[in-house]
Amino acid sequence: MTKIAVTVNGTLHEAEVEPRTLLVYFLREQLGMKGTNVGCDTTSCGACTVLIDGESVKSCTVLAVQADGSEVTTVEGLADGDELHVVQQAFHEQHALQCGYCTPGFVMATVSLLKENPNPTEDEIRHGLEGNLCRCTGYHNIVRAVQAAARAGT
Amino acid sequence: MSILGNRVLRKEDPRFLRGEGRYVENLPLEGALTVTFVRSLFAHARIAGVDKSAAEALPNVQVLTGADIDVGPIPPPPFPGLEQGMARPLVAVDTVRFVGDIVAIVLSDGRAAGADAAELVMVDYDPLPVVVKPADAAKDEVLLFPELGTNVAARSGSAEHDEKLFDGCDVVVSGTNISQRMAPSPLEPRSAAAEVGPDGRVTAWLSTQTPHQDRMVLAGVLGLDPADVRVIAPDVGGGFGAKMLGVEELLIVWLARKVGKPVRWTETRSESMVALSHGRAQHQSYTIGGTRDGKVLAYRLEALQDCGAYPALGAFLPNLTALMSSGVYAIQRIEFEGRSVVTNTTPISAFRGAGRPEATQAIERALDAFAAELELDPVEVRRTNLIPKDAFPHTTVTHAAYDSGDYEGALDLALHAAGLEELRDEQRRRREEGGAKQLGIGISCYVEITNGIDETEFGEVEITEDGGAIVRTGSFSHGQGHETTFAMIAAERLGLPVEQVTVVKGDTDDVARGTGTYGSKSTQIGGMAARLAADEVVERAKQLVADYFEAGVADISLDLALGRFRVVDAPEPSLSWPELAARAAADGRLGELKMAHDFKSSPTFPFGAHVAVVEVDTETGQVELLRLVAVDDAGTLINPLIAEGQVHGGVATGVSQALYEQVVYDEDGTPLTSTFVGYAFPSSADLPLWEVVEMETPTPVNPLGAKGIGESGTIGATPAVHSAVLDALAPQGVRHIDLPANGENVWRAIQEAKS
Amino acid sequence: MIPAAFAYERAGSVDEALAMLGSDEDAKLLAGGHSLIPLLRLRFARPSTLVDIGRLAELRYVREDGDRIAIGALTRHADLVRDPVLAAHCPLISEAAAGIGDAQVRHRGTIGGSIAHGDPASDLATIVLTLDADLVVRGPSGERTIPAAEFFTGMFETALGREEILTEIRVPKVQEATYLKIARRSEDWATVGVAAARVDGRVQVGLTSMGATPLRARSVEDALAGGASPADAAAHTADGTSPPSDVSGSSEYRTHLAQVLVRRALEQL
Repeated sequence: MTKIAVTVNGTLHEAEVEPRTLLVYFLREQLGMKGTNVGCDTTSCGACTVLIDGESVKSCTVLAVQADGSEVTTVEGLADGDELHVVQQAFHEQHALQCGYCTPGFVMATVSLLKENPNPTEDEIRHGLEGNLCRCTGYHNIVRAVQAAARAGT
Repeated sequence: MSILGNRVLRKEDPRFLRGEGRYVENLPLEGALTVTFVRSLFAHARIAGVDKSAAEALPNVQVLTGADIDVGPIPPPPFPGLEQGMARPLVAVDTVRFVGDIVAIVLSDGRAAGADAAELVMVDYDPLPVVVKPADAAKDEVLLFPELGTNVAARSGSAEHDEKLFDGCDVVVSGTNISQRMAPSPLEPRSAAAEVGPDGRVTAWLSTQTPHQDRMVLAGVLGLDPADVRVIAPDVGGGFGAKMLGVEELLIVWLARKVGKPVRWTETRSESMVALSHGRAQHQSYTIGGTRDGKVLAYRLEALQDCGAYPALGAFLPNLTALMSSGVYAIQRIEFEGRSVVTNTTPISAFRGAGRPEATQAIERALDAFAAELELDPVEVRRTNLIPKDAFPHTTVTHAAYDSGDYEGALDLALHAAGLEELRDEQRRRREEGGAKQLGIGISCYVEITNGIDETEFGEVEITEDGGAIVRTGSFSHGQGHETTFAMIAAERLGLPVEQVTVVKGDTDDVARGTGTYGSKSTQIGGMAARLAADEVVERAKQLVADYFEAGVADISLDLALGRFRVVDAPEPSLSWPELAARAAADGRLGELKMAHDFKSSPTFPFGAHVAVVEVDTETGQVELLRLVAVDDAGTLINPLIAEGQVHGGVATGVSQALYEQVVYDEDGTPLTSTFVGYAFPSSADLPLWEVVEMETPTPVNPLGAKGIGESGTIGATPAVHSAVLDALAPQGVRHIDLPANGENVWRAIQEAKS
Repeated sequence: MIPAAFAYERAGSVDEALAMLGSDEDAKLLAGGHSLIPLLRLRFARPSTLVDIGRLAELRYVREDGDRIAIGALTRHADLVRDPVLAAHCPLISEAAAGIGDAQVRHRGTIGGSIAHGDPASDLATIVLTLDADLVVRGPSGERTIPAAEFFTGMFETALGREEILTEIRVPKVQEATYLKIARRSEDWATVGVAAARVDGRVQVGLTSMGATPLRARSVEDALAGGASPADAAAHTADGTSPPSDVSGSSEYRTHLAQVLVRRALEQL
């Protein structure tokens, strides 16, 4: 077992983990934060996307021990009480979710994308989100949501 | 002003946006053991032995094998003519029949221990010959069930061919088409959990589309009284027809009872790719004949349906293909022959469209081939054959009773929105320039059947003490937005704001009965059941108000805009729903404001036309989809925002069948596409924005005028894109490509045409 | 899926990492983890210990060093995309890095990890081979430089000793260059990739996914040096290649694609 200290959504968590523990399972099972989902086992689908030090990563392909000393942001850390984050609100208004399973990953990937590129073109949005797969929406409204969030300003 | 037809934002969104989705894997279950399935790596083999000693040497690990299972095997679904002898053991006992067949069950504390133990279970296999291709299976040489002497699980239509079918035809064209095997790939892999309560009742949490039906099957298979089984489908992350109780869920419930502890399971994606049912896998031969001016006189379709190793719903789907084989065309002579055969592959069940994409793919391909042979414009040939607008209701010679339609109207809308003339000009220009990148334009016309097996759905409306309403529905939304749509339907009848209507679903203890969601039936039967229940509650409410106002019930009216009951023509006295509910509660009469309705309906037939524009790099074979214009008429749309979302997602899947997806097995039956790396469905970077054009031709079948829409986009898109690729390659002499029309397949087709 | 168990050590310096590798012969280095962790999850790799060098800031840099650009092995793909020194002096690397995987992968994956993995499908491996880069390696007996042409020895095999760490990649300054790649989906590994670059006046061509290692299309290069047109030179693309057949493409299709892409890349230079 290895000791780690990870700040998640602003709260410091000290824990002991097996080195083989993936960050996504650390979040879900040890910290009880179920918002981040596991959709595949080949780093393909992005449902597990969180931010590490502000940048999007696939938490299924990061070991919890690698996140020691880092600041992790998950979807649970976005809203401010009752008020949704701009990206969450845009996904809602553009009907950019159906079953919801890929949604936390897309939202986090979008937060990171807009941080690096606040005014992306449609093409830049599509390529910026190519690491996230959705089977329900056909992506159309997701693209619209990212455009709306960009206009609203994050 | 009715709320119906408005783009109401979804009520269910907040929990998903916040990461509070209640997927089965997220639910706490104190003391639950983790289940890991050990699955066959051989496609066809005898099991010589299972050595569990190394696995059970790990702490707190228990291993069960087929010999320990005292239920099953499970026969195929009771469809008429389906060979019941091809039963499926829950856990293989002496024979495995596909890569993924369960051979042992590991129980452990947690998922990591389960994975460690599972790989220590040593299974001794004696390999048997393998049959993968349905055409090979149909030869009945390598048999999956030797005692039955055949691999044919079902037949449909007629094996008799009328020699005169094509009499009078100036031209007869034949060809083949494969609707390739696909993996539904919902983003949420399946999870299941079960617990036996102190009273002996079992509760099962399932990632399913059909909680009530699952409860009945669980009870039947396990020999339980349905009253002792509770199924809870909480939030489910997509299903697309595949999540309807598999052997795994049966085993989870069986295990909970066997070991006396709660158990839970979540499949990995690699596991899901072999264990969750696949879709399509229908191999087609068509013959189409008609007159020189483009009128189709006769059509024959032969379908060889791959069932996978154990026949399931897939074996039956050719019947739906046969039913819809006429498409939007008035064809007087149609013959269909279907055979469903088992192969050493993952079983085939429903997948978005389930038998109807196959019908549309065949007739659209046949019509294009017919037009090409006659050197006529495929659009004009379609016009020549479309069932006219004034011909409805129209029953096809395949006995499909089309309710309403305006097929030429849809075609015209699609062509206009696409700008067909400009596209043809651009295509001509590029052909003259002779560059590598050529344009292709494809058009499809389709009709599809929703609520295809005349089902009944349950809806109940209950007024709560605060004057709001609960709608309990037997439908089960797993992305389709019923919490919003059905709330809108009930709110409109009750005169309540949508915010005050809560839709409840998925718990068999809370919702008395239901059929679940598949076949694009839920709005038209679930929504209608809710509507009728709401109407009955209004009638009951009027009775209460009449009693309170000492008036006749016929004199009471409900002002829908204000949500107030009053005596007709007298603004006061009046009672709002909250006031009525409070008063009724005080009088012990609130329970009268709870009514249920079971609504049964015949099928409806949404229709449309799609236009696809592709750019094909004729040097590399690479295809890029530039545009997809979709006209999808599903009658009255309750919530156009949600309906469009269904079209967007449906179209993406249809496009993906045309250009990307294919489940591939090698000749040993080893799947080569069992991860999201090998099995490639597109990301946002591979697709354009969709161009959805509105059209609403209401159905007379229900008072809402609503048909289903969930599968329409898929059904229309695949043939349009297929046709577009072939259109781009027509000058190269390419006549057909088997899907997916990806770079390699396009390149090969070009090479073959050259030789 | 869940990896098999392993021990974990974090190195505070390259020397520490070398010592850790020296003391456990089944240890593997962990940098960005985006080649290794996918293998761990499918249990295709079962190291006894992971030696985590991901925090070694000393190996994360891009700087001009005379007529070369020195890239620290732990520089992430996302950093390569944005780096101004590369933009000025070797934009081919930035362009190729921009096409690797997706944004999330690029936030973690490193150039050193990608190259040391020895994957014939690695875009950057092909690029450094095409550029005749020098790979600086540190081991128990000190530092040595391996020319890229000697680095890739087989499928997932490199000239790196078991106890050696790739620390720096040194590339020439190159302006005329292009990397063309065809994949099934935008985010996929290349079915085939072609790099073409003019290095010290000579056009050099590299191939991704056309053999057990990234390859140089030397017959193409010789033909060009002899005055052949792009199309005529490209006709030699298949020489020395042994492309795989898999669900992304058959070997015949890959051979065809490679020739087309070589011709197009040469026409672009």
